[in-house]
Amino acid sequence: MKKFFPNSTNKIDNEEKMAGQALFTDDLVCKDAQFVAFVRSTISKGKILKIEVPTLPDGYFFISAKDIVKENVVNIIVSDWPVFADGVVNYYGETIALVVGPDKELTIDLAKKIVITYEEETPNFAFVESSVHKHFAKGDLKKAQEEADFTYTETFHTGLQEHVYLETQAMLMWMEGDKITVKASMQCPFYVKNAIVRTLGCHPDNVRVIQPAVGGAFGGKEHYPSILAAQLATAIVKVKKPIRFVFDRMEDIAYTTKRHPSETTYTAYVKNQHITGVKATVKLNGGAYIGCSGVVLSRALIAVVDCYTISSLDVTGDVYLTNNVPTAAFRGFGSPQTIFAFEMFINHVAQAIHVDPLKFCLAHLAKKGDITAVNGKFHDDIIMPQLIEKAMQMSDYKRKIKEYSQPHSNRGIGMSWFLHGCGFTGSGESTIINAHVKLVKEEDDTIHLYTSQVDFGQGNRTTLKKIVSNTLNCPEEQVFHEPPDTDHTLNTGPTAASRTIIIVGYLCEKAAQHLKEQWVSGKRIEIIEPYVGPSYIHWDEASMQGDAYPGYAWGVNVVEVSYDPLTYQTHVEGLWSAYDVGHAIDERIVVGQSDGGVAQGIGYGMLECMDIKDGKFYQKTISDYIIPTSMDLPYMETALIDNPFAYGASGAKGAGELTFVGVAPAVCLAIEQAIKRKINKIPANPEYIMELVENGKD
Amino acid sequence: MEKIKLVINHQPMELEVDPSERLLDVLRKELLITGTKEGCGEGSCGACTVLVDGVSYASCLTPIANVIGKEVLTIDGFNQTEQYRLIADAFSELGASQCGFCTPGMIMSTYALLLKNPHPTEEEVRLALSGNLCRCTGYNAIIKAVLLAAEEGKERGIKW
Repeated sequence: MKKFFPNSTNKIDNEEKMAGQALFTDDLVCKDAQFVAFVRSTISKGKILKIEVPTLPDGYFFISAKDIVKENVVNIIVSDWPVFADGVVNYYGETIALVVGPDKELTIDLAKKIVITYEEETPNFAFVESSVHKHFAKGDLKKAQEEADFTYTETFHTGLQEHVYLETQAMLMWMEGDKITVKASMQCPFYVKNAIVRTLGCHPDNVRVIQPAVGGAFGGKEHYPSILAAQLATAIVKVKKPIRFVFDRMEDIAYTTKRHPSETTYTAYVKNQHITGVKATVKLNGGAYIGCSGVVLSRALIAVVDCYTISSLDVTGDVYLTNNVPTAAFRGFGSPQTIFAFEMFINHVAQAIHVDPLKFCLAHLAKKGDITAVNGKFHDDIIMPQLIEKAMQMSDYKRKIKEYSQPHSNRGIGMSWFLHGCGFTGSGESTIINAHVKLVKEEDDTIHLYTSQVDFGQGNRTTLKKIVSNTLNCPEEQVFHEPPDTDHTLNTGPTAASRTIIIVGYLCEKAAQHLKEQWVSGKRIEIIEPYVGPSYIHWDEASMQGDAYPGYAWGVNVVEVSYDPLTYQTHVEGLWSAYDVGHAIDERIVVGQSDGGVAQGIGYGMLECMDIKDGKFYQKTISDYIIPTSMDLPYMETALIDNPFAYGASGAKGAGELTFVGVAPAVCLAIEQAIKRKINKIPANPEYIMELVENGKD
Repeated sequence: MEKIKLVINHQPMELEVDPSERLLDVLRKELLITGTKEGCGEGSCGACTVLVDGVSYASCLTPIANVIGKEVLTIDGFNQTEQYRLIADAFSELGASQCGFCTPGMIMSTYALLLKNPHPTEEEVRLALSGNLCRCTGYNAIIKAVLLAAEEGKERGIKW
C-alpha cells in the first residue's frame, strides 16, 4: 500500500477502535448497573419552594442537595458550582436531583412525576454583573493617543459553540466496601477524583478513576465530568449499587457547557501608518457560575493583540455572570475570541488608511526579543515569515487575492496569523500543576510509562510512548503506556491547555534519559521525574504581568471561499496551513490535529450557530446545530516547519489548540473579499451575510 | 414480545423481542454487540451505521421488525474479512481514525459505498459519507483513505 507518512507509527489504540472493539463507557458490561434520570430546573432563576416526590417503589432512590455528604460544591478553578441546586436555581437545566433505579423507563417516568414549586425571579442575560475583572497596560498609551493622526474603533462579537464530541457525556461508577471506582468519558481523571473526594469528604485512597476509550472531548470533558461524578458519588453511597448514565444527544446539547460568547472593542491609535497604541475591552459571558472563566479570560486577554507587537496598550476584561448554561473550556480557551477580533481589526485598520493589509500586518508582526502584551518577552526564535511565505506559496495567495478583488468576482481568499501559548499560564506548570511522571523498567526489561494524560483522539498515548522509545533508542514494542488509572499513575496534570506534549512529553524525555543513565538489564528501576520549567519564566498572576507561557506555537491559515449571491451561501474551496509546533514527533498525528482543528474552526467561523433565548438554546439536536460534514470541506494541505523548543521533547511544542484558533478570521477575511462587506461577527452564516449584503456598507 | 428470525453477522438468530425495539438496542443491549455506536439517536450522525442486505442503515432509526428475515452486518462481523482489512489498512495509513467513536460507522458506510461503486470519485466519496459525522479529522484523512482502499482494491483484484 502507498505510504503517506513513512516516519509515523500506528497509534496504540488504532486497531481496536477501527474494529469496534475499543470499549467506551456505554460498552462496558455491568449487569446490575442502575439507571439515572436527571431532574433539572425548568426556570432560569428563582427559589425552590417545594419539591414533591412521588412514593418510590423499592429499589428506587431520590437524591438531592439534602443527601450531600460533606460539601455541596465542585471546584473548577473557582469553587462556586454546586453539586445539586440547593434552595435556588441559577440557570435553565441546572440539576436539582437524580432519580436512580433498576428500570430505565420507570426511572425516567418517576423523575417526570416530581413536582417542583418555584418562586421565579427576573433572570439576567446581559453584560451587567462582572464576576471577574482584569486590567493591564503596556507602554505610554496617552502619548499614542495624543500623537495619533488617525483613530479607528470597532466592536466584534463571537457566538456560543457546542463541542459535539461524537460520544456524549457518560459515566459508570461502582462501590466495593468503601472504595468508589469510576470509568467515564473525561479528559482529567484527577479532576474527577478530587471532585468526589471533596463532596464526600472521603480519603483519597477510597476513590479510583480509570479511563476507558473516550470519544472526543475538545474541552467539553475537562470540567463537566467532575460535576457529574460528584452527583453520582452522592447517589452511590445511598444506592450502594453500580450506577451508569449516558446522556442522549439532546440533553448533552441542552445542559453541558459551551464556548464563551464574547464582545471585544478595540480602538487603534495610528501614526504614520503604524498602530502605536490599542485600547481594548473584552467581555465574556460566563453563564451562571464562574468556574474556569477567569482563566479563560486571562487567555483571551494575553492574546488580545494576537501575534503582533503594539507598543502601548490598555486592556480591560470582564467575565459577566448571567442566567445562561455556564460556559467553560473549549479548544483555544478564550484566545479564539480575541484572535478573531484582532485579525479582523488589524485588516480593517489597514483598509481604512488604504494600506496593503499584508504589508501593514508584516510591519506589526512580533519578532524575537519583542515585549509581549503583558510585558513579558518573546524569548525564542519566531519563524512566522517562513510560515507566511510557505502558506502563500501553497495557496497561490498573491495571485488569487489580486484576481478575486475584481468587482464581479464571487470568490475570496483570506489569511490569518496567530500564536498559541502552550501549557498553563505563567509559571503555573511549576507552581500549581507540579506534574510528576513515573517511568518503570521491570526485571524483564519492559518499560512502563505512567501519565494521567487522556487520549480522546489526539494520539498522545502513542506520542508520549514514542518519546520514551526514541530517547531510549529501543523498539516501540518494548514500551507500554496504558490509559490513566489514578491508583497507579501520579498526577501529570489535566489533558488541556496544549500542555501534554510540551510539558508532559518533556518530562517523559527527561525520565527516559535518567533511565538510560541508570540502565542495568534484569533489574527493576523506577524513575519519578518532576517538572522543572525554564528558569527565565516569571509571571505575576495578580497584575497579569510577565512571561505568560513557557513557549508559543505559531501558525498561518489560508482559506478560499466561493460565494453564491442568490442564496448568500459560501462554500470553502481551499484550506492551507503552515505551523511551527517546534518539532512534530509524529507527523501524521500533528497533521490530523490540523485537519480536525481547521474543520472545527470553519464550523466556528461560518456554520455553527447556537441561539439562546430566555436561557434556552434554540438548537436542540445535531440536525439543527450544524457542524461541518464531508460535503462542507475540501482537501486540506498542511506544512510543518521545524523550530525546536529548548524545553520540549525533541523540541516539540503544542499543537492541539493552535490548529483551531486562527481559522475563523481566515474564513471571514475570505468571505469579506467575496461579498465585499466588512464582517465583525461570527458565525458568518448565510443569514448574516444576507443582512450585510442587503443592509451593510463595505 | 414476538419471535423474530434474522441473520446477524452471518449467524442465523431467533430473537424474542418487542418488534418496535430499535435495531441498535437489540444489537447493543440484548446481544452485547457493541461495535456499533450511538451518537445522536435521530439518524443524523452515522455512528450507528450497519448494513442490511448490503445497504447502509441507521440502526437507531430502524425498528427490529423492519429487518425480519434480512441479513444484518455490523463492524463486529465485518472486521474479520479481507475487505475490512483493506479499508482498515488505508484508514491507518492516512490516520483516518482519531477518537474512534465514528470509525465503525464510517467503515461500514465505506463498505456500503464500495459494494455499489468500487471506483468512486472524491465527490462520490464525500456524498456517500456525508451522513457520517466526524469531529476529529475534518474528513481529510477519511476521504483519502477511502480512495486509497478503492485504488488498492482494484490493484489486488478484491471483490467488494
